[in-house]
Order: sequence, then structure tokens, then C-alpha cells
Amino acid sequence: MPEMKATRDGFGEALLELGRENKNIVVLSGDLEDSTRAEYFKKEFPERFFNLGIAEQDVIGTAAGMSMDGLVPFACSFAVFLTNRAYDILRLTVCYNNRNVKIIGSHAGLTVGPDGATAQCLEDFAIMRVLPNMTVLCPVDALEAKKATRAMAETAGPIYMRLSRPPFPVITKETDIFEIGRANVIREGKDVTVIACGFMVSEALRAAELLEKDNIGARVINMHTIKPIDQAAIIKSAQETGAVVTAEEHQMNGGLGSAVAEVLVRNIPVPVEMVAVNDSFGESGESEELLKKHKLTDVDIANAAKKALNRKKRS
Amino acid sequence: MSKKSIDIAELKEKARQFRKEDLEIITRAGSGHPGGSLSAVEILTSLYYYKMNHRPKEPDWPLRDRFIMSKGHACPIVYVILANCGYFPKEELKTFRKFNSRLQGHIYIDVPGVEHATGSLGQGLSVANGIALGARIRNVSYNTYCLLGDGEIQEGSVWEAAMTAAHHKIDTVCAIIDCNKIQQNGPVIEIKNEEPIMDKWRAFGWHAIEVDGHNFEEIIAALDEFETVKGKPTLIKANTVKGKGVSFMEGQSKWHGKAPKKEELAAALNELGF
Repeated sequence: MPEMKATRDGFGEALLELGRENKNIVVLSGDLEDSTRAEYFKKEFPERFFNLGIAEQDVIGTAAGMSMDGLVPFACSFAVFLTNRAYDILRLTVCYNNRNVKIIGSHAGLTVGPDGATAQCLEDFAIMRVLPNMTVLCPVDALEAKKATRAMAETAGPIYMRLSRPPFPVITKETDIFEIGRANVIREGKDVTVIACGFMVSEALRAAELLEKDNIGARVINMHTIKPIDQAAIIKSAQETGAVVTAEEHQMNGGLGSAVAEVLVRNIPVPVEMVAVNDSFGESGESEELLKKHKLTDVDIANAAKKALNRKKRS
Repeated sequence: MSKKSIDIAELKEKARQFRKEDLEIITRAGSGHPGGSLSAVEILTSLYYYKMNHRPKEPDWPLRDRFIMSKGHACPIVYVILANCGYFPKEELKTFRKFNSRLQGHIYIDVPGVEHATGSLGQGLSVANGIALGARIRNVSYNTYCLLGDGEIQEGSVWEAAMTAAHHKIDTVCAIIDCNKIQQNGPVIEIKNEEPIMDKWRAFGWHAIEVDGHNFEEIIAALDEFETVKGKPTLIKANTVKGKGVSFMEGQSKWHGKAPKKEELAAALNELGF
């Protein structure tokens, strides 16, 4: 069994390390630093930490101001509040001005569980990736979240990173390379490609094992960068496998699946099946219950893969 | 710019000239916001020709005072003043609101001397606070000024920022409200009454000063007072007249976002003594 650890924990640890190395790192919070793990930084660097209260618009606007003279602000809260409540500030103050603001949205997706629909952000990829200048990340595990946090600090411009509440399997290794915009193929296969992000990569790996029992070879790609999406990796896999499944803990409209489909329809229109939340809100429940109800499990991915394969054979 | 010599008559003459150029570029563009730019002329002239430390030939001078134009629609008057300061050639003012121009319809970051683009109201004060907190962290000293409209403070985000500035004792931020009493569809008092504005900002922990926003002596005195206030941010409520200086525009909401026709420009310039 792989180690279980939340992506927010990996972020919190990396942020603390960055704080020690770089005095220009500053952190802003919408009174959720205990949940986002920004509190690790807060405890060691209180003079560079600002809890601006329950005021997400102000958190983002203030972060933009801080970024204007060389500081590197990380603005942290729940994904749903930062991306939705502060959207106009993100659009104009951050993206239009191309500010070096790092936006950390934790507790995204159905896997928040019992808090229910209000906290279960399922639209952040869609509304963040449509903004010019914005980069959108969703690390697969805590280790990748650490690397992604460092990459954010080293890369200029607005970057949004989605984090999750519960522990997820740590499936990457210390030596694996994380590069913004470069997808990682983590399992080879020749019949179908599953492109997933975040926790759904683990589900995709289990789906690949299920498919193997039926003699179907599934390639699995960890698409940790939703924008700029790795077009070359998508096209190459479509050419080599001829069928694609996308899997994400997000609305089907506008998310990873849409981003992948946009690349495929313009380059190599192979059959695509999307595993995602189908235009509905979440609800209270345990992760497993919610993922099952909304058809975001390994079995659902395997079924989608078979469907895509059948379409490939017919075409 | 020197703080030492204050020649009020000279400032008044500059203001008269700036009003002319503001109306000219809006007329040439065929669209724009004359009302809220004419109301802010004395405030902006006081900042750029009296109060702020800035170097037009060195726009990125690290110790310059910062100015955030939160009411970004009133940008033509800022462009006029920046050009007159020498940030960019005055000839470029003719390109205001035209295709391929840096002089975008709402204040734009690529214009030399402009710190930050705005245009959706209610966003500038948080940015000003962030600049000031950043300066505090980096242990450098300069002031940050932020100009808001009175209609603009209906945005809730302004009050989030107002709380932040007071809580963090940001005494290097001076917010100025251009209280011209008129918003796009009528008088502020009829659309959403904001009074008592002074009491509200004081209750939010600000040092608040009320001035006649067309009186240079009063504006300058308030800006000087701001620099003496420690431990809290300063608000200057500048009572102004929308469309100030052109009788047929004064107090008229229809001149919030409409360009004068050529004959209207001629009448306006005549009134201004040109």
C-alpha cells in the first residue's frame, strides 16, 4: 500500500521550506490557514503572514499589491471561495495586470465529503483556465504538490493550484520530474489513453489494472497542468492508442476533459469519453459514497475506456 | 517634483489646461468619461504637482510614491497629467481609446507612470494596501495614494480593504474619495445613500478629513496632514462637482460616460477661457 497523504500537507511543508529559503515569500489567508496548511508558514514567519479575515476579494487584491515590488505572495483559502468569490479580482487585478500571485485553493472536489456542495468546488478548472495569463495546476499527490509549490514560486505570473482535503495515495517518487505544462506518462498501454489529474490518477491506475484483466492496455497520463495543457502529449497518445478517456473531480463542462477535447478535435479527433461530474452539485457524504454516486470510480473509468474502444473499432 | 514651492495660481492654471486637454481627447475619441475626470482635476493636480515624490523620466524609481486610480474610467485626466509631467509624449494623447493605443479606455498598465490597470470598480484599495504592506515587509519608505469615486464605494470589496488598512495600521495609505455626488443613473443619494461617509470611515478606524475637492489650499493641507498621521490610514473626502468647470455638464449624470460633440467642446473651452 502506498503512503497516504493530503496534497494540502505537501503544499504546507513546501511553503515552509520556501519561506526559509526566500524572504520574498509572503502568505495571505482568508482565515483558513489551519485547513490549507499555510499555518506551518505562519508559525515560523508571522511577520510575513497575513490573515485578512473572511474577505477573499481583499485577499486576492492585497496579494496583487504585494507582488508589485518583488514579493511572491501565496493567497490561500478554500478553492470554492478564492476562485468563485474573488473571480472579478482574479480577472482584472491579477490576470489583466499579469501579477505574480500564487493562488492556492484547497478542499476542492467531492472528496471534501460531509461539508457538502457549498464547499465542493467543481468548477475551478473551468473558470481559472479561461482567464488569459493564468496557469492551472492540480497535483496528483502530496509529493507532487511539494514540487508544484516550488515551481509556482519559481515561475512568473498568476498560477492557481487546486489542493484536496483527504489523504490520497502517494504514487509519485522523489526522483520524478515535475515541470509545469509537461504531462507525465505513468503507465504505458497501447489500446486506450486515460488522461487524469489529482486523485483521479489513482483511480485511473486501478482502472488500468481492471482493463488489463480484459487484455486491454491502458496508458495513464498524469495531467497535473490543466493550463497550459501539454498538447504534444495528448496528440501523441491519441495517435498511438486511438481512444482517450479523461477523468477529473470536476464538472464535465469546461474542465480537464474539455481542455483535452479542444486539443483533439483540432488535431486528431479520436473517440473521447469523459469521467466527470455531470452538471450537478455535490452533497454531504463520505468520499467513497460521493465518488460512486457521481460515477468517478476506477470501475467508471474502465467502463468509459471500453466505450471509447468500441467507438474506435466502429469508426 | 518639489514640495517646497506652492504656487496656487500656477496649479489653478494647470488645472484649467488639464480640463481643456481632457475634454479634447474625449471628444476626439468619441467616447469616454468627462464628468468624473473633470471632478478629479484638482485632486490629481495636487498629487502630481505638489505631494507625490515621482520621477517622470524614471517611472520605475523604487522610492516613488505610488498612485492607484481605482476609478479607472476617469483615466483621461490621468493620461493628460502624466503626459504633461513628461511620462510620455503629449502627441500620444490623440490616440486615447483608439486601436493599438496604450491609452486604453480604462486606465492601463502599459502607460508609463501608471502602476496598475483598473476598470471594474472597488478593486484599487486592496491593491494599495498590498503595496503598502509590501513596502513595510521590505523596509522601504513611500506612500501610496488611491483615488476612488463615491459611486464606487458601493462595492463591498472597498469595505473589506478599509478594514484591512485599519487593522494593520497602514498609515502610508491615503484614500481619496472624489465625492462628485453623481453616478451613472442619477444622484448617489437617490440610488444608494452613502452618508454619513465621514462617520463610516472613522468607525472603520480611519483618520478622515473633509475638503472642498476643487480648493487647492484645502487639498494640499489634507495631503500634508495625512503624512503626520501615524498608526492609522487616512481618508480624504473631497467634495467635488461632477463635470466641474463646464456649466452644462456640472451635476449631470448624462455626462458620466458621454463624449461632447465638437460644438459642445467649443462651448466648454470657451467657458474655460480658451
